[in-house]
Amino acid sequence: MTQTSAPVESATERAAEHAAGTPAVEVIGITKVFPGVVANDDVSVAFHAGEVHCLLGENGAGKSTLMNILSGMQQPDAGTIKVAGDEVEIDTPKSALDLGIGTVYQHPTLIPTFSVLENLMMGMGSGVRLPRKKTLDRLQEICKTLGIEVDPSAITGRLSLGQQQQIEIIKALWEGSRVLILDEPTSMLTPQGIAELVKLIGQLRKEGLAIIFITHKLREALDVGDRVSILRRGRLVGELDPEFVHSHDRDEVQNRIVSLMFGAEASDLANVAEIRDKIQGRREKRDLGSKPLLEVDGLTVQPKRGEVGIHEVTLTVRPGEIMGVAGVDGNGQRELAEAIAGQRRVSDGDIRLEGTSIVKMSVGKRQSFGLRYVTDDRKGEGIVAQIDVASNLVLKKIGQHPFWKRGGRTCNETIDSTAEELVEEFDIRCPSVKTACGTLSGGNLQKVLLARELAFDPKLVVYNKPTYGLDVKTTRAVRERIRTLAEEENVAALLISTDLEELLDIADRIAVLYRGEITGIVENEVGCEERVGRLMIGAHE
Amino acid sequence: MTPELLPATEGGPGEAPADDNGALGRRMAGWGVSLFQALLPIILGMIAAAIVLLILGKNPIAFYADMFGRGLFNWEGLQDSIIRMSPLLLMAAGLIIAFTANIWNIGGDGQFLMGAAMVAGLGPALMESTPQWVAIILLIIVAFLVGGVWTIVPAYLKAKYTINEIITSLMMSFVGINLANLLIKGPFRSDETTVPQTFVIPYEKLLPDIPGTRIHVGVILAFVVVLIVHYAMTRTSFGMRLRVMGANPKAAVHSGISVFWFTIIGFFLSGALIATGAATEILGVWGYVRADWNPNWGLTLFALVFLARLNALATIPIVFFFAIITIGGHFACREVDLPDDFILVFVGFILLFMALTEYLTTGRIFRRMPGDLIAIRASQRRGAGDE
Repeated sequence: MTQTSAPVESATERAAEHAAGTPAVEVIGITKVFPGVVANDDVSVAFHAGEVHCLLGENGAGKSTLMNILSGMQQPDAGTIKVAGDEVEIDTPKSALDLGIGTVYQHPTLIPTFSVLENLMMGMGSGVRLPRKKTLDRLQEICKTLGIEVDPSAITGRLSLGQQQQIEIIKALWEGSRVLILDEPTSMLTPQGIAELVKLIGQLRKEGLAIIFITHKLREALDVGDRVSILRRGRLVGELDPEFVHSHDRDEVQNRIVSLMFGAEASDLANVAEIRDKIQGRREKRDLGSKPLLEVDGLTVQPKRGEVGIHEVTLTVRPGEIMGVAGVDGNGQRELAEAIAGQRRVSDGDIRLEGTSIVKMSVGKRQSFGLRYVTDDRKGEGIVAQIDVASNLVLKKIGQHPFWKRGGRTCNETIDSTAEELVEEFDIRCPSVKTACGTLSGGNLQKVLLARELAFDPKLVVYNKPTYGLDVKTTRAVRERIRTLAEEENVAALLISTDLEELLDIADRIAVLYRGEITGIVENEVGCEERVGRLMIGAHE
Repeated sequence: MTPELLPATEGGPGEAPADDNGALGRRMAGWGVSLFQALLPIILGMIAAAIVLLILGKNPIAFYADMFGRGLFNWEGLQDSIIRMSPLLLMAAGLIIAFTANIWNIGGDGQFLMGAAMVAGLGPALMESTPQWVAIILLIIVAFLVGGVWTIVPAYLKAKYTINEIITSLMMSFVGINLANLLIKGPFRSDETTVPQTFVIPYEKLLPDIPGTRIHVGVILAFVVVLIVHYAMTRTSFGMRLRVMGANPKAAVHSGISVFWFTIIGFFLSGALIATGAATEILGVWGYVRADWNPNWGLTLFALVFLARLNALATIPIVFFFAIITIGGHFACREVDLPDDFILVFVGFILLFMALTEYLTTGRIFRRMPGDLIAIRASQRRGAGDE
């Protein structure tokens, strides 16, 4: 190995190479360009057997492109791929499987009305009869190695999302893959589901598989990764090897990753100190008075499938205050946001805005009281993809003056001129306000949502993960806007975020949601990070 | 409909939206495409039907001459074609409302026949006891309400429990068709005829004709309704709400639209207009309903409305052409001694070629839900109108 490889830089790295031997999969100098975007820019990574290798990066950093290249969905413009030391070409998903690379995609690929067995038999063999017996045997074999139990006759759609994902993993390993790619595997799971998945990944690692774990969540990378590679804007900006990850404590590893993520570009270096300051909670303290604007009082929402619901949530937001809601994703954030916005039935408790109970009011009525909701499901419910940007900007004003006349007639001129002003003000990049909204990029979609919610005299805005998946620049702009609105125009915010740094940056207080309950509310001040962290994993105050 | 105006589906990163240059040229090209799409399938359909006629040993040229001669170029026939448009346009208007809101109202035939049976059943007695105009207005209102009420079960089940309305409206259609027959053969049955039918509204009490023609004023009603529906769907908050609901129900909830009530209202209006179509046909043409009468226009209009891309104005020429074919074709079939079924063979060919032409020119058809279709059209229109 050492004879053939290029001179390595440090003794520890050399030792690591020795220990791991030839990488199970290696990409060298991968470059992939899409119109206007370099998705992967000269990326070289080696994935080793018996290792969980996290690819960490924001949405749009190029993780998915790299994964698509490895799984045969896309072809690189330049660079080579080696599997077990041999150079290969992966031109279809089938050839990836043949080379022993199995992939579990973020979105389910199973047919929900089929049984588990039927799903597994799909695409197997070419005979007329379905290979029932053979499939059952193989299923049992895999289940035994993984240490899980699966009911082959269960209807797939009725299983929990975690169980469905186990089936996806079984499918990916069906032909004896030695490399398993998991694309954002925790995004649909409950905390319990995540715990099971982590256990399963541990088992796979013990079996000697190379696991590529793609995520944008730092915490997750810390939880499961042996090796962490950080992608940023298509470039590999750093890699932490297992020696470093396992020999340093969590905070040090986290700090190292954060500095890699932010410090990689010289132009950003100047900002690092500033960001650090903000993380330390150096925002000026403000006197917000004591009269609450929003009171959430013992709010309880029954969970839907795969959710935790919320249970007796009580919190207040004062005028001009930014109340952060921290917590690991899937701990009741969306339930809370939707209950306040009026999109979800509340089974118990009260919500008051300026002292008036709004809990029985419709979504539209609550809006007329100055309540706004910036949803995290931007494409799914935030916009109507097929209609133009202008109409989407007034989507919550349908039928209202001045965009619609008293009889319900549409005033296109008013809509368009207002839309043009908003596009200007919120820096929405679109060819024209007539462009179908669905063609906009994620960052611009979020600007459309923000413009719509913030333009028409909001009093209280519920932000649900407002910067999720946005690039650094847009993220910063969005945070500044939330903070400025609160400071200068007294617009209160309930800022739900799974990004603790964001909350430490701009929130005044931070409430922590854990399994649908508020485990504590802390002032955002120097050193509160640790308390929030403890609360996030369920330790009550 | 130029493909690049359609919203692009999920693509690679950095996908650039279509630029805005050459709008005029594109619009002209758009009209050319539209004309091509309208004429080509008719020509292809005629060729295919001609082949069938030749195989049957009939002269296709004579057949088409009879068909268009009677349905379009003959004053009497042309009037018949225009009269036929009345129920068809009202039904089309009803379907457009439903499809815009992504409500699949499959039960048009049941709503239509329930309306027809009630009008013909109550009409003769009502005409005797009240002045003609009062009776006519009352009967149209009755049909409107009956058609609307006939949608309430599927509408409520969809709005409240998200039960698939395709199944429920179809089931209600079975009930409606057969209940209408039951009424005609039972309580509404005339004792003056051997074949079961309702009593007859006297000819002079039917809808009056436009002076100088045989065309009854129900046709005017139908045109007015189509114009109102078009205006409502494209230029009002009501239409916007239905469109948002049709294109993305989750966004409708999110933006504060009452999906429950707009589902009920949209479904109700759809059934109500379809049954109003039945009222104009009975009050304008027949005066009675025979047992087992069912023109089966519901599903044919389905296809026509889709080909008009849920644009109410565009249904006018399409419905007119369909009326010519049914009226002229009926005559032409008798001339060459063919059963009326041949008309449907011909119509079927045209619809098939329409679908194919659409696919070949735009690369997509019926793959989208109806709500998408109208939303796309509406935003394109908004775009075009401003340049």
